[in-house]
Amino acid sequence: MIKRPFAAAMARRRHPLAPLLVIVVALLGIAAVYAVVNAATAKAATSASETMVTKGSKLFAEGCASCHGLNAEGSSDGPSLVGAGAASVHFQVATGRMPLAAPGAQAMRKPPIYTEEEIQALAAYVATFGPGPAIPSAAQIDGWKTADIARGGELFRVNCAQCHHAAGSGGALTNGKYAPSLMKASPLEIYEAMLTGPQSMPVFGDASLPMEEKQQIIAYIEEMKRNNNPGGLSLGRLGPVTEGLFIWTIGLGAVIAAAVWIGAKVR
Amino acid sequence: MSNTSAAMNTSTNGNQPKLSGPLAKASAATYEYLDDRTGLSAGLRRNLRKVFPDHWSFMLGEIALWSFVVVLLTGVFLTFFYVPSATEVVYNGSYVPLKGVMISEAYASTLNISFDVRGGLLIRQIHHWAALLFVVAIVVHLLRVFFTGAFRRPRELNWVIGVGILTLALLAGFTGYSLPDDLLSGTGLRIAGGILQSIPVVGTWGVFLLFDGEFPGTAWIPRFFVAHVLLVPGLLLALITAHLLLVFYQKHTQYPGPKRTNENVVGYPLMPVYMAKAGGFFFIVFGITTLMSALVTINPIWLYGPYMPDQVTSGAQPDWYIGWLEGALRMMPPIEWTIFGYTISWNILVPSVIMPGIVMTLLALYPFIEAWVTGDKREHNILQRPRNAPTRTGLGVMALTFYVILWANGGNDIIALAFNWSINSVTTLMRVLLFVLPPIAFVITKRICLGLQRRDRDKLLHGIETGRILRLPSGEFVEVHAPVDPDEVAVLLSKEEVLPLPMPPKRDANGVRTPGYAIKALRARMSNWWYRDDVPVVTLNELESGHHHAQEQVEIAGTYGVEPTVSEEVTAGHR
Ligand code: HEC
Ligand code: HEC
Ligand code: HEM
Repeated sequence: MIKRPFAAAMARRRHPLAPLLVIVVALLGIAAVYAVVNAATAKAATSASETMVTKGSKLFAEGCASCHGLNAEGSSDGPSLVGAGAASVHFQVATGRMPLAAPGAQAMRKPPIYTEEEIQALAAYVATFGPGPAIPSAAQIDGWKTADIARGGELFRVNCAQCHHAAGSGGALTNGKYAPSLMKASPLEIYEAMLTGPQSMPVFGDASLPMEEKQQIIAYIEEMKRNNNPGGLSLGRLGPVTEGLFIWTIGLGAVIAAAVWIGAKVR
Repeated sequence: MSNTSAAMNTSTNGNQPKLSGPLAKASAATYEYLDDRTGLSAGLRRNLRKVFPDHWSFMLGEIALWSFVVVLLTGVFLTFFYVPSATEVVYNGSYVPLKGVMISEAYASTLNISFDVRGGLLIRQIHHWAALLFVVAIVVHLLRVFFTGAFRRPRELNWVIGVGILTLALLAGFTGYSLPDDLLSGTGLRIAGGILQSIPVVGTWGVFLLFDGEFPGTAWIPRFFVAHVLLVPGLLLALITAHLLLVFYQKHTQYPGPKRTNENVVGYPLMPVYMAKAGGFFFIVFGITTLMSALVTINPIWLYGPYMPDQVTSGAQPDWYIGWLEGALRMMPPIEWTIFGYTISWNILVPSVIMPGIVMTLLALYPFIEAWVTGDKREHNILQRPRNAPTRTGLGVMALTFYVILWANGGNDIIALAFNWSINSVTTLMRVLLFVLPPIAFVITKRICLGLQRRDRDKLLHGIETGRILRLPSGEFVEVHAPVDPDEVAVLLSKEEVLPLPMPPKRDANGVRTPGYAIKALRARMSNWWYRDDVPVVTLNELESGHHHAQEQVEIAGTYGVEPTVSEEVTAGHR
């Protein structure tokens, strides 16, 4: 999100309360130089974010309000989004989960129907209803590129593997819910998932997993995506079940075909 | 078959290859060479001329044997590099995502085999794929023996040995699966420890004995290693040897067919034909497992990470042959009793100790149970077609259904994930199916068998329906029935006439109560249940009149330009 302390201060000081006015005047005085220097840019940023919010509000009214309410207060068809935060909206819409296509045990990942710009607009709009986790900055995300992969693996096995499988290939949860495979999620989405804890997934706030550890986990997941299966075909990385199916079908089929062939040959 | 008939009616197929040419010369030279040095002469010669019947399903046991040999060979290679120790070391090999992590030497050495020993990963994968194939082949071989009645007298003992081999194979697989000390193997070990612990009175002691203290400790790795590479394979080798010797001395059973009787064996001599085929088959099995291992990953332990007691992964499953036990455990509702301060965990005890105990005992004793019920104590060297033993076939399919449902439930989470179902619904469904499907499978299978029996009978009596309708000069319509191929007639005629045991009299002529009446009556009733609905065997008389009928038809058909041929051998195969 765009930082705009000045505009925010202006917005919050609408009430004509005397003491505050005094402070505002004082603040304005202090900020005078800054304001003069940055007037042009600040104005541009403000109007840009304002157009973002207006754009977002339009998109929201069209695509989301039917379930989440016009003021994001929630309805019988969708939860309140007050305090959900920009990161949550960005995650839900960028992964195609929202707008929800059909009610089910869990919203599914699908191709997003909004452009990145529209998603940013929606996020900015929903963020105006109350504070929540912001979309992580590029600097926060990009740290994964140099993070310790092995440490990330340990953290992943402690925090995520019980639901997402040690190789990130996904797993079933109760009552039709499931932890999806992580092989399609981008570093930004992984970060947001940890920040916001969609659905049955717990929130991993900065107290439980500081930024560096989140980056290490992302580094590990990215390594899993790249890992080119030194042993050959991976069979979906689902473990012994698919291995068992393989040996009972292709493996047994091959040796029996050979047995029949050998039996037929000499005759 | 008594050994006096070992002189063996070496009747050979008419079209058996003539033993001439370089191969025969070479083998003749080998005989002579051996003969000169050992003087084994006659005995050896006779044994090497021993005849083996030929059918692809007789190769199933051989698949098991050869995959066991492959497992032994690759296992020896693995022992050169595997370190059976729980000592913690810092991993510093070439698999980057684990670099610098503290892991056991067992896990480190397995990673080492996979990434830093030349050809190590291939050998590991061959070892594991061949181990899976080994158990698959044992099970399929067991099914062949079961459904053809090959376990009947005199081969009951070899059946029991076979069940022993199966049990040891499961043990070999489980101990091997545990050795790499990765997250999956540790999870399996934890479950095994829990199962042992659930056994009342001795359980806790058992766990302390096995792990030399609390789970997991460090003692289990060297212990499992010795069990896996020495104890279990040693016992397996001994049992497999006994198994093969018995097959050799009792001679192989054969499927019913022309010229095949309970007293002869029709097939190829052991030397050189059978030996050449068997030897060649070893290389085929080795080749197929190697190809599989070169192309498809098995047990990618590097993805699972080291075992840590505080970690689990979703999708934690055992190898397929333990899957039915996993499924039973996942299926059982949580029931626990506390008696005098002691907890009895029925939720573990029933699916993991009692149920498998009953299943394996019934399996081992099956030949004796069936013989008791049917009263059939005769020697059988001709195999039964599954349709001709409808009750057994039904029971077999019923047991198989039970097993497969347990097995499927072992992967309930994968099923739920793959088909986007609820794991709770999958489990509930399996619970219901476990009790509903097996009886249905029994009834349907038996029906199908009886239907096939009826069709066989019709075939014998009236020939094969051709679907061609003829109108006779009298205006009558008849369908042309083609005569059955004589080889097939011999097969169809293999159905034996058997009668259920008679109901014992309550008192004999002198009014004395029959001793053990209740048991005898029960047995008679069970035998009656066993044989009831069986379609009567075609008698000689029926066959002859049926034959004449067919003959007439053929004559009629002949006059209309249709030319079915009747071979004189239609009745030749009849005993
Ligand atoms: C058909 C109804 C429906 C529509 C349309 C819809 N949502 Fe949702 N939304 C839901 C439901 C139901 C949930 C909660 C269940 C879930 O996430 O699967 C949800 C959850 C969310 C959440 C997560 C809330 C939290 O507390 O974590 C966000 C953010 C969200 N929606 C944003 C949006 C946005 C933005 C749109 C418009 C692009 C949208 N939704 C459209 C029904 C809907
Ligand atoms: C209790 C189980 C659970 C744990 C633990 C968990 N997750 Fe999740 N995770 C889920 C579920 C359930 C979803 C799907 C949520 C939805 O669809 O609304 C999910 C979704 C995600 C997604 C989105 C995937 C996609 O393709 O859209 C990411 C990324 C993710 N999790 C990462 C993590 C990471 C990283 C951790 C460990 C720090 C973790 N999760 C721990 C259950 C879990
Ligand atoms: C008798 C049948 C046997 C079966 C069913 C069997 C099965 C297995 C299995 C499933 C594994 C796990 C392998 C993995 O994925 O890493 C394993 C590991 C191992 N086996 Fe066997 N095995 C058998 C015999 C042997 C024999 C005879 C030896 C040695 C002489 C042996 C040596 C080893 C070693 C050293 C390992 C651990 C190393 C590793 O996992 O890479 N096995 N075995």
